[in-house]
Amino acid sequence: MHMSDGLLNAPVSVAFLVIAAAGVGFALIKARADLDDRTAPMAGLVATFIFAVQMINFPILPGASGHLLGGALAAILVGPYVGALCVTIVLVVQALLFADGGLTALGANVTNMALIGTATGFFVALALRKLAERGKGGLAAVAFVSAFVNTVVAATGFIVEYAIGGVGGVEIGKVALLMWGLHALIGIGEGLITAVTVTSVASIRPDLVYLLRGNKKPLEVRS
Amino acid sequence: MKKFFIGFAVVSLLIAGVLSYFASGSPDGLDKTVEDTGIAEHAQEHPFSGSTFADYALGGDDKFTGLAGVLGVVVVLAVSVGLFWLLRKKSDVK
Repeated sequence: MHMSDGLLNAPVSVAFLVIAAAGVGFALIKARADLDDRTAPMAGLVATFIFAVQMINFPILPGASGHLLGGALAAILVGPYVGALCVTIVLVVQALLFADGGLTALGANVTNMALIGTATGFFVALALRKLAERGKGGLAAVAFVSAFVNTVVAATGFIVEYAIGGVGGVEIGKVALLMWGLHALIGIGEGLITAVTVTSVASIRPDLVYLLRGNKKPLEVRS
Repeated sequence: MKKFFIGFAVVSLLIAGVLSYFASGSPDGLDKTVEDTGIAEHAQEHPFSGSTFADYALGGDDKFTGLAGVLGVVVVLAVSVGLFWLLRKKSDVK
């Protein structure tokens, strides 16, 4: 979901660079509270894993593919602020080292995938936290749903940006229909990858799953 | 704890270094959208499109995708662990 330069006009590109910088700055301040000697290396590994998995485009339709965005995955494992920084680092390295994602478009790309995607994934996961604490199946379901929603809402970010300052004058309904249709399919892949990853970590090191933190009774008795 | 972190890093290396050869070459959802609507005609070439590792290759040769992937893993790991380690609250517990 990395857009190239030139798809958004210059003022809107700059506006989103400012929005992205503000969001990342806020995350940098808030992330401190979630980072200690144990979670700092974990956060680095989550960023690294997201970079690796983003290389794997999976087919969704003939002639179209998708890849993990990673917002929900990061938010569930390391929290929303550290998670947003994880995805941001990935996007910056991709743009600078691999020419993947434009430079003036970096603000919009960070806004969509690192800020909107991670925040959305986190809010959905948080709302469903009770279910996630019930066991592996519940956690897998929560991971799937929050990752699916994260993908569709991040795609909506591009639709909104194109509506505000898109180049080419394409009818926004057309853009929205394609973006939502394709990303509903990509969201299924994002959901599956996130569910497998989060449950794998939880089965080995449940203490490293941010969403399950403070959950002292893994088999809570329901009344 | 160390075992888990090493395992996690090895999984990432294998995905970027090996599994990356099996990735789909089709455009992703956003690229497909901008191609099908003609928006893509306005896309500008990336300022670094001629750089050594552009498009996860080595000098444009995608036989080296795995190598580019491993490099990316090392760079992201170094940058992120470095940043998060500097940001962390120092623990007083010995």
